[in-house]
Amino acid sequence: MELGNIYRLYKTMEEENILLSFKGVVTSDLLTSVLQIMETKMDYLEESPKTKKKVFNVLVECLQNLYHHIDVNEESSPQREFIEAKSALFLIAKEDDHFMIRTGNYVDKENAKDLTEKLEKINSMDKVELKQYYQEVLNNGSLSDKGTAGLGMIDIARKSGNKLEYQLLDVNDFASFFCLNVKIN
Amino acid sequence: MENLTLEGSAKTPSVTFTTDGKLELKGRSIPENSVEFYKPLNEWIDAYGASPQTQTVVDIKLEYFNTSSSKCILDLFKKLEGINGKGTDVSINWYFEEDDEDMEEAGEDYQAIISLPFKIIEVEEI
Repeated sequence: MELGNIYRLYKTMEEENILLSFKGVVTSDLLTSVLQIMETKMDYLEESPKTKKKVFNVLVECLQNLYHHIDVNEESSPQREFIEAKSALFLIAKEDDHFMIRTGNYVDKENAKDLTEKLEKINSMDKVELKQYYQEVLNNGSLSDKGTAGLGMIDIARKSGNKLEYQLLDVNDFASFFCLNVKIN
Repeated sequence: MENLTLEGSAKTPSVTFTTDGKLELKGRSIPENSVEFYKPLNEWIDAYGASPQTQTVVDIKLEYFNTSSSKCILDLFKKLEGINGKGTDVSINWYFEEDDEDMEEAGEDYQAIISLPFKIIEVEEI
């Protein structure tokens, strides 16, 4: 990287009001630290307890999605010569009156269709429908071996109160890059 | 049979389940995989159900919980449903902090699914 790019990267992050960013492998210890840092930052920003809780809750789900996703890749595609697939990106920004959580990670192409369908379903629902859908999945679903309940995205949509902005980019024959933007008022 | 007491951590709640029929979860429950954490709690309820007190009061005082925990909490409530009426009357108190609508709604989610006396209680601070 050219030295000047470090400054450009800094300026870009400054303009985007980034509070915290990370690119790399998401581990359990990393999440513990990031959550602790964000709690301290929100205290410093003097956010209301309500906002603080909302942001914290949504952040936990977004980051644990990344954590579990990495788990999937290790188990299901050990043959992949694609070390990048194990790493993810997340950015937390504060813009005027709202917080933004942005994440980016690789997903298996075969899972991309299911993910799109799930997100479209969630985005088509209003507050009441989301509540019913959450209760239905909570009551009828079961936990995976990894302890995931299939509720993460529904919970993120419910608590953020906004539609989930996302994009799946074609990167090669077997992977897509999943970009997610969550706005929290 | 012994009481079950666990100290809270950055990702797990404190647990105080006592043989006098008072069961409390307090703090935050956000481990990546909750199954392992909740397993001994369910086992304790199984053992307790064999010779319970006439009244069993469950106090849930959570600040945060993730979706992995939400399923485990439901399973715990279902276990309590299973012992209800068999020598004990189980009731659940779900606490939430003022203005925390998300935690209030989470209580309503369980209230809709679980058929036990289920009170949702607003407090100033948990």
